[in-house]
Amino acid sequence: MMEVTQSGSAQHAAVLREFGCEHSLLSRPDGSASFVQGDTTVLAGVYGPAEVMVSKESFDRATLEVTLKPKVGMPGVAERSKEQCVRQTCEAALLTRLHPRTSITLSLQTVHDDGALLACCLNAACMALMDAGLPMHCLFCGVCCAIDQQGTIRLDPTAREEKESRAVMTFALDSTDCRVMMSSTKGSYTAAELQQCIAVCQRASESIFQFYRDSVSRRYCKA
Amino acid sequence: MAAGFKTVEPLDYHRRFWYKENCRPDGRELGEFRTTTLNIGSITTADGSALVKLGNTTIICGIKGELAAPPVDAANKGYIVPNVDLPPLCSSRFRPGPPGEQAQAASQFIADVIEKCDTKEDLCIVKGKLSWVLYCDIMCLDYDGNILDACTIALLGALKNVRLPEVHINEETDLAEVNMKQKNPLNITKHPVACSFAIFDDTIIIVDPTVEEENLSTGVITVVTDEDEKLCAVHKPGGTALSSEKLQDCISRAITRNKEVNKLLNEVLISVKPK
Repeated sequence: MMEVTQSGSAQHAAVLREFGCEHSLLSRPDGSASFVQGDTTVLAGVYGPAEVMVSKESFDRATLEVTLKPKVGMPGVAERSKEQCVRQTCEAALLTRLHPRTSITLSLQTVHDDGALLACCLNAACMALMDAGLPMHCLFCGVCCAIDQQGTIRLDPTAREEKESRAVMTFALDSTDCRVMMSSTKGSYTAAELQQCIAVCQRASESIFQFYRDSVSRRYCKA
Repeated sequence: MAAGFKTVEPLDYHRRFWYKENCRPDGRELGEFRTTTLNIGSITTADGSALVKLGNTTIICGIKGELAAPPVDAANKGYIVPNVDLPPLCSSRFRPGPPGEQAQAASQFIADVIEKCDTKEDLCIVKGKLSWVLYCDIMCLDYDGNILDACTIALLGALKNVRLPEVHINEETDLAEVNMKQKNPLNITKHPVACSFAIFDDTIIIVDPTVEEENLSTGVITVVTDEDEKLCAVHKPGGTALSSEKLQDCISRAITRNKEVNKLLNEVLISVKPK
């Protein structure tokens, strides 16, 4: 269990759920990864840089397409909104100018959703892009937190905790300076609570980035 | 000469204005909004409507109410269903056909902003049996950047303009009877107002970007505040990273904008009231 304690204030239950990932589990995509956070599981596959449709071609950079499929039913408006968030975060992290007039396709499949889905999608996407060997100028990770009715900040909420909370926030943080690349929030909160949540998520992201390093070094180390 | 330079090197053209003159090509300061015009009640066939112009960006919102059974998990609430439409009329970038990603993401953004709204309880007629569903159709007529801000103002104006007829359930027939002569406005407690910014390489942040500035930007952020200075949403769909100080500046500017828009909304509502 990954634990992140906040100094001074005992009221914050800032603990990430147990997380893990698997690399290269699919044979056809150039890169694939599965990321598990508690019970939430997302599978990601990356194809690219590959042939691009002339209508979507960009003369100076690679075109990134993201599709997110829910576990049940057809993709709806909520999936499109998450796709936009993941796509723009990946575009900011990838060195797209190294591969002009190509396409990079990222497919995400929700295997199980038990809260913090967008954060899990971002983590799976980053691992899959690393697995595909695509050049990036920074890594990114997704962290989700919720503020419940009493004002306690909970990291990595389950689906039930998300429903009962006053506000749910998901942030994507970069690995170089731990700054906010993407933010998606729901519910009402004060500016001070927002800054506190960002600080809590930044501390949690350190453990996720360390996990990225450990899992990649375990994979390539001949031990 | 300047037009040629603008076409060939658009980013450098804009940078010269920002760094040297501390303003933008259209003469606005970096923190200044375009002229906001609000017109409500223009669609007589709708239960509520509003038309917003933010510079050239034009958004119209129409609300129609229908009756339905309330949701199972919230028997005392009604529904508010927003839908943002970006037709080919407003810009050449949108093609005819099913809604594109930008329209769907905007619809989801508006739905998230009004999700924790108390107005939904006002829409319930009989708990567990009958409630109103408000279909809010938000359509863009002219796309010149910053549609999220204009959409939230239009939705807010239209909701304040909604007049729903009184509904009673006849005990004998168990059917709903609608009294079209007696109409009541909605009780709206929260007034969320959005304020969008375009980020350029994390050094320059400009408020209310036009479509050219949006295309050149490396990131956009929308902050939605309500009148208690609380935040309803901080929507930053990717792009270059933002430091905490810049984020705090954005929040302060959004709070100021909330006061400006609410003042405008109150003036418009007073002018529309029947004397």
